[in-house]
Amino acid sequence: MGAYAIKRIGYALLTIFFISIITFTLMNLIPGGPFLSEKNIPPETVKALNVKYGLDKPLPQQYLNYMGKLITGDLGDSLKQKGRSADDIIFTAFPISAKLGGISILVAVILGVFMGSVSALNRGRFWDRLLMVVSTLGIAVPSFVMAAFLMLVFGVKLRWLPTMGLHSVTAFIMPCATLAFYPMSYITRLMRSGMLDALDQDYIRTAKSKGVGKSLLLFKHALRNAVLPVITYLGPMIAYTVTGSFVVETVFNIPGLGREFIQCITARDYPLVMSTTIFLAVLIVLMNLVVDLSYKLIDPRITLQ
Amino acid sequence: MMKQEHLLDINDLKVSFFTPAGEVKAVNGVTYTMDYGEVLGIVGESGSGKSVSAYTLTGLVDRPGRIVGGSVNFNGHQIEKLPEKEFRKIRGKEVSLIFQDPMTSLNPVFTIGNQLEEMLRLHTSKNRAQRRQRAIELLNLVGVNEPEKRLKQYPHEFSGGMRQRVMIAMALACEPKLLIADEPTTALDVTIQAQIMELMVDLKKKIGMSVMLITHDLGVVSDVCDRIAVMYAGKIVEIGTTDEIFYEPKHCYTNGLLRSIPKINETTHERLIPIEGTPVDLLNPPAGCPFAPRCESCMKICLRQMPEFIQHSETHKSACWLNQKALLEKQEGANGDE
Repeated sequence: MGAYAIKRIGYALLTIFFISIITFTLMNLIPGGPFLSEKNIPPETVKALNVKYGLDKPLPQQYLNYMGKLITGDLGDSLKQKGRSADDIIFTAFPISAKLGGISILVAVILGVFMGSVSALNRGRFWDRLLMVVSTLGIAVPSFVMAAFLMLVFGVKLRWLPTMGLHSVTAFIMPCATLAFYPMSYITRLMRSGMLDALDQDYIRTAKSKGVGKSLLLFKHALRNAVLPVITYLGPMIAYTVTGSFVVETVFNIPGLGREFIQCITARDYPLVMSTTIFLAVLIVLMNLVVDLSYKLIDPRITLQ
Repeated sequence: MMKQEHLLDINDLKVSFFTPAGEVKAVNGVTYTMDYGEVLGIVGESGSGKSVSAYTLTGLVDRPGRIVGGSVNFNGHQIEKLPEKEFRKIRGKEVSLIFQDPMTSLNPVFTIGNQLEEMLRLHTSKNRAQRRQRAIELLNLVGVNEPEKRLKQYPHEFSGGMRQRVMIAMALACEPKLLIADEPTTALDVTIQAQIMELMVDLKKKIGMSVMLITHDLGVVSDVCDRIAVMYAGKIVEIGTTDEIFYEPKHCYTNGLLRSIPKINETTHERLIPIEGTPVDLLNPPAGCPFAPRCESCMKICLRQMPEFIQHSETHKSACWLNQKALLEKQEGANGDE
């Protein structure tokens, strides 16, 4: 177990290192820079700014400077948002996105697992067909269409729900529904096929012959075997969702990390781009580790090595 | 009246599977009885309906399969009319099953203890400590060493033979009246096969239950069974005591089966005699005897009409036109003598 942990941490650091290099390279390949804007800034000022932030140095030097500071825990300062450091921005925006994402995932998992099970049990019948149509929609419809649709119906026409911000409990409903729709649909499908597979196994026949009732059969004997693919999907999905969705945060005007992330790229706010990317990478690596560890809890046959 | 004497009374049972291609008559008019403490062997090749006929007893015949006719009376319960809830109380308690493949028959994500004790949780009022105690007893009974430790382990930590022992322990947890063993040794090593069979016979004596042994291995059957039913294409073609089936087989199919057993003490290296042809298509069962197309003594009538059972002794009967013919000739001979 100790050796396993060390190995995993080693791989994680390596992954993050590669991601940082790739991000840094791509970021600098994009034409333009942080101080080119519509306003005409005198070239001397731009030069002075570049010198101030170390952008006049060769790229490898810049990369090393950034990474050197990163190791000491300094994520750098934003080039565009005056007086704000990257970690200040990330840790203000992240909790908002995380809250939104967390609720969405909870909803997606609970509904997805339930709907998938119902679908599997009614294979080929009405409920199965209906749920498959819904989940196909969920996978096919882009989130901005979904968001706009919900907003139009519940915000504009019916006026039931607020259309922007997160100032009340009801304000969470539409952004969460938009965020949860895709993963819920995906989980429904994973769960359905996992469940069908599990229900076909010999141990289900054994359980039936023991006189196990239908609900126990489903939720004890089949569910735990059927849920593994969902767990696999859940790891990266959680990481993506809690770090915020640009579309949902823009449409509903929520000051989350997803919006921040896209904005810093368009603004060429280099330190912020690097820091948010690495933050996301760390989160994904971490979630994958959690997933791998939870496999072991769910399926005792799996050995970690 | 008569029914109460038997533990199990299956009368003209018909089970069909409704597939897109049509109705598959997996069990087509099967009648037999089993007595308390008896070991009945059901023999037949794959697809002969031997498992399906037994599964109706345990509610394991699922969509698209369904009982379409006949009656099953087990230990005072009218199985074919029983609502699912009542049926569930019988399964595991009065009749239990062990399956062919012990590798896949146990749930991989729960401990052996959990699965064993589940049986007791479902059918007894024992508390947690008593259940654990009983589980340890059961593992001892089936010869699993260090039961306390083994209960906490998962199926993948057991060998095939050990898993089958666990399956047997689980099946016997509530001391059922009837144990259905569906090819319990087919998936095991030969040496383990003998151990498992021995264990089952031993436990049968201890608990005093009846055993229905479903198999295509005649060697296994000859050792342990009191009576044997031979099934072909969803029908019983011959039924009798083990001696009657082995020494006075009356049906051509039984004859064929017996001929195809390899003999260990024969010095001549003869080829085994297989039964030619393939099993009958159950979607369109023939009008006559289902074995007729493969039978070497097939007569015209065999293809047209299903023969009735002929009683050879109190316990022995078969459905074959050859026997009818022999009987007829015998009668005529007797008449001629007069």
